[in-house]
Amino acid sequence: MKSRTIKVDNLARVEGEGALRIRIEKDKVADVKFVIFEPPRFFEALLRGRHYSEGPDITARICGICPIAYMMSAAHALEDALGIQVGGPLRALRRLIYCGEWIESHALHIYLLHAPDFLGYEDAIQMAKDHPAAVQRGLELKKIGNEIVTLLGGREIHPINPCVGGFYKTPSKKELRPLAERLKWGREAALETVRFAAQLPFPDFERDYEFVALRHPGEYPFNEGRLVSNKGLDIAVSEFDDHFAEEHAAHSTSLRAEHKGHGAYHVGPLARYNLNFDRLSALAQEAARAAAPAPQCRNPFQSIIVRSVETVWACDEALRIIEQYEPPDQPAVEIQPRAGTGHGCTEAPRGILYHRYTLDERGLIANAKIVPPTSQNQKIIEEDLRHFLPDRLHLPIDKLTWQCEQAIRNYDPCISCSCHFLRLHIDRE
Amino acid sequence: MTTAADEKTSTLIIGVGNGWRGDDAVGLVVARRIQEKRLPHVRAIEQDGNPSALIHALQEAHAVFVIDALQAGASPGRIVRLDASREPIARDFGPSRGHSFGVAQAIETARALNQLPERLIVYGIEGKNFALGAPVSFEIEQAAEAVLDRLLQEI
Repeated sequence: MKSRTIKVDNLARVEGEGALRIRIEKDKVADVKFVIFEPPRFFEALLRGRHYSEGPDITARICGICPIAYMMSAAHALEDALGIQVGGPLRALRRLIYCGEWIESHALHIYLLHAPDFLGYEDAIQMAKDHPAAVQRGLELKKIGNEIVTLLGGREIHPINPCVGGFYKTPSKKELRPLAERLKWGREAALETVRFAAQLPFPDFERDYEFVALRHPGEYPFNEGRLVSNKGLDIAVSEFDDHFAEEHAAHSTSLRAEHKGHGAYHVGPLARYNLNFDRLSALAQEAARAAAPAPQCRNPFQSIIVRSVETVWACDEALRIIEQYEPPDQPAVEIQPRAGTGHGCTEAPRGILYHRYTLDERGLIANAKIVPPTSQNQKIIEEDLRHFLPDRLHLPIDKLTWQCEQAIRNYDPCISCSCHFLRLHIDRE
Repeated sequence: MTTAADEKTSTLIIGVGNGWRGDDAVGLVVARRIQEKRLPHVRAIEQDGNPSALIHALQEAHAVFVIDALQAGASPGRIVRLDASREPIARDFGPSRGHSFGVAQAIETARALNQLPERLIVYGIEGKNFALGAPVSFEIEQAAEAVLDRLLQEI
């Protein structure tokens, strides 16, 4: 069969609105376009003239799933411009709230968005009828992540407590204690999640990606480190603009990034895992070795296992932080405004999130740049489909469409971050 | 101090909506009116439509009333009352909020997990203006008052 047209209007279980168009000519993939049509929101422009202290709160509004990532990247970039460093318990609390965001975001994606693909269910509701314990586990894990964000952030969505320099208010040891009990359950549930994910059926598909992630001398990356890749990249965060370029494509309202001179690159859980396996806790490494290719994994469909491993690690890390926590003397570092440019890059659940700000002498934002992870993964998603489709063109149209959607969801794309809904069109000529 | 057991026996009103999107906030308006009345054994909370939070909230009382806006193209202010304890909620119930997992999906997931409260009533109020930053329309405020009266009769 040489010409067929597939048209699916609504691809669900992604964050935001977009579409996919695939053109097949003479049984060959002629064109793949991951289309983002959500209107651009001009956050960089509306930050201009705002006081540095507003940066985290304004950028947190970019995403309801990963507001902590935005707050953290903004805070680090602005602190870099202001010449201050946040250490000790404040730094630890930042890692703790980030653990909360990873746990809630990963649990949501693993159980409610991605697992139905592998098990052949239209959605989590259908899956819940046959796998109630798994869905219940996912919901409870997500709740634990939300509880961490709520305690440290003031509320679970668009938190208000983190700020440039630290927090407006820090918790007491007593306030953190109940979280530890919840996290001990969460860690066991995350280990069960790894076992759950490992037995899913995975398509045989691997690619030689350039993985890009942060790497820290002693920690699995959250807030700090150098930007490294498996293809020789090793730069300071401040060099991001020298090595990565964003371009505008007619079919996308979101800018698309590429590694200058190298092309598309892969950010997110799989990149972190491949570049930082040795930084995972012993428990997370042990769980990974029993469940997935370790320490390297190049099958993007197995990112569901890697997210599960990262959830084990996040529970482990959160427990470590709570056990060692001593409240800081001050909730935030004191700041004197000054002119300057600062860079920040942190690991959102979906991958690196880069911010750059230029401040004037009053501390007002003169210029801002934000590069979200989904903007960076757009090209890789299209490339994956180009490589994935040729061996599967013989499949019935509904099965082919299903597998394309599943391949997109490997990246847990947050289209709202870069600009809402995904529509899939496959045109065959 | 209220214990978990007490809470479980209480009635819970859940107003769902976005306070910055015109008539999408009507569920929140109803929840706030209930809060102001300080009724014994009745709790009212506001939610933004986060499905997992809604699934968890459904387990907090024996009788739960969910109030949400509708964007079904019907006449503004039209009130729909559904007994979700007896029948499933259609997938497209509620306004489009950019995420494909909404109130209906949350309730149906809870049903699949056998976690619905003994009594679950869902009120929908057809909105008129869902523009960002817009206030709740006059006729939708009136519909909220009508839902409030009906709630006070049945809780």
